[in-house]
Amino acid sequence: MSEKKSGIIGYGVQIPLRRIKVEEIARVWGKDGEHVSEGLNVKEKAVAAQDEDSCTLAVEAARKGIKDFGIDPKRIGAVYVGSESHPYAVNPTASIVGEALGTTNEYFAVDLEFACKAGTAGMQICMAHVLSDMIDVGLAIGADTAQGRPNDALEFTAGSGAAAIFIGGDKKEVIAEIDQTCSFTTDTPDFWRRPRAEFPEHTGRFTGKPAYFKHVLGAAKLLLKKTGMEGKDFDWAVFHQPNGKFPIKAAETLGIPFEKIKQGLLTPFIGNTYSGATPIGLCSILDVAKPGDKILAVSYGSGAGADAFAITVTKNIETRRAAVPVLKQIERKEYVDYAVYLKHRGKIKSL
Amino acid sequence: MTVSAPMNWRRIPERYRLKGSYCETCGKAFFPGRVVCPNCRRKGKLKEQDMPRAGKIFSYTKVHVGPTGFSHETPYFIALIELENKAKVLSQIIDSEEEKIQVGAKVELAFRKVGKDDKYGAINYAYKFKVIE
Ligand SMILES: [Zn+2]
Repeated sequence: MSEKKSGIIGYGVQIPLRRIKVEEIARVWGKDGEHVSEGLNVKEKAVAAQDEDSCTLAVEAARKGIKDFGIDPKRIGAVYVGSESHPYAVNPTASIVGEALGTTNEYFAVDLEFACKAGTAGMQICMAHVLSDMIDVGLAIGADTAQGRPNDALEFTAGSGAAAIFIGGDKKEVIAEIDQTCSFTTDTPDFWRRPRAEFPEHTGRFTGKPAYFKHVLGAAKLLLKKTGMEGKDFDWAVFHQPNGKFPIKAAETLGIPFEKIKQGLLTPFIGNTYSGATPIGLCSILDVAKPGDKILAVSYGSGAGADAFAITVTKNIETRRAAVPVLKQIERKEYVDYAVYLKHRGKIKSL
Repeated sequence: MTVSAPMNWRRIPERYRLKGSYCETCGKAFFPGRVVCPNCRRKGKLKEQDMPRAGKIFSYTKVHVGPTGFSHETPYFIALIELENKAKVLSQIIDSEEEKIQVGAKVELAFRKVGKDDKYGAINYAYKFKVIE
């Protein structure tokens, strides 16, 4: 990579207020809730309200980043929104986000989709823009209001949330330099949704070894080779988290202990936020990281691919922090039962 | 209620970012924006400006019977909000505990869908407010 560095200059996270417990979903379908919850290592998931969608979550996350990190929206030269639940099939989320933030009209914009890794793909594109001096600041957002078919395994984990990551190159602002990034991609259809289909299809157990682990570990190993680092060189790590178990196993394989991933492992409390998952976990790590800390971040998107990042926290983080840490934001919640959940998620057919 | 696409489009800056106006002569802020200052008339000089994103509840009411498009959200709260620059906004209050929705309660701007959208139509995004602790 070139001498010029790019990095994260600010971030914001939006998690909906409402939660449903895995045990409550299991109750409705006559399953052993405790057993399901333990098996997935997921206690509850965040539920978007009837007036929320991926676009509103994206805007609210980005507004927090702008406010907390003092970023002038007029400096934003690119907006990329990664999601598998864009509110429109045609008509971009990115342009709505730009207007809501008050950007100028001169910015690159497009919606991205790559199952759960479109948010980190946006980060890579923003990095490339910054490194080539095409823009001053780029905004990459991972946002989803994930849907699972009632009584499908995905229903227990499909959550809602968004993270907005601002990428820039000004050394005075960068709180975390991105030292290296790479992607590992194959044609592996383990999860998909056809046009007009309301819910995604998936291949059950096939989503594990040949899909998630092959790609996450594949990208991580590529990154380690490029950086000359080992798993143990990192102070923190975050992996895509379709459940609470896969990321723990991925970390173990790379020789990274649980203590280093705990801060960014949020699926047990908010569910799998799809495109939001790895970025939100990364933001939670940035909430507590110290100057000089090394962070490994690896997303995963079905289809399939993984994006890996080696990140070094700078001293700017001592003065540039989010107003409300992710873990604190998650504490504020309101439980809903299954019927209210159905109402908010628009799954009641006669409405 | 159906509003034409151009009409909706013109109101986007107002709905998304609380774009209003203020008078350079007397300093009063207006939301929605005005073209003539009611205080200064011809001497007024109006400039477009995004309103502050925080304020407090001036008055509120609980809606039990919602109009078309809002009937599935009842009961919900509507409040007249006094923004930090004294301009007033009428808005739905969301994600707030009922006992905290009081006159004088501090609120901040949120970005949400307004009303129920029809499956094939355009989505109406706009401001709503929530009480901050
Ligand atoms: Zn005036």
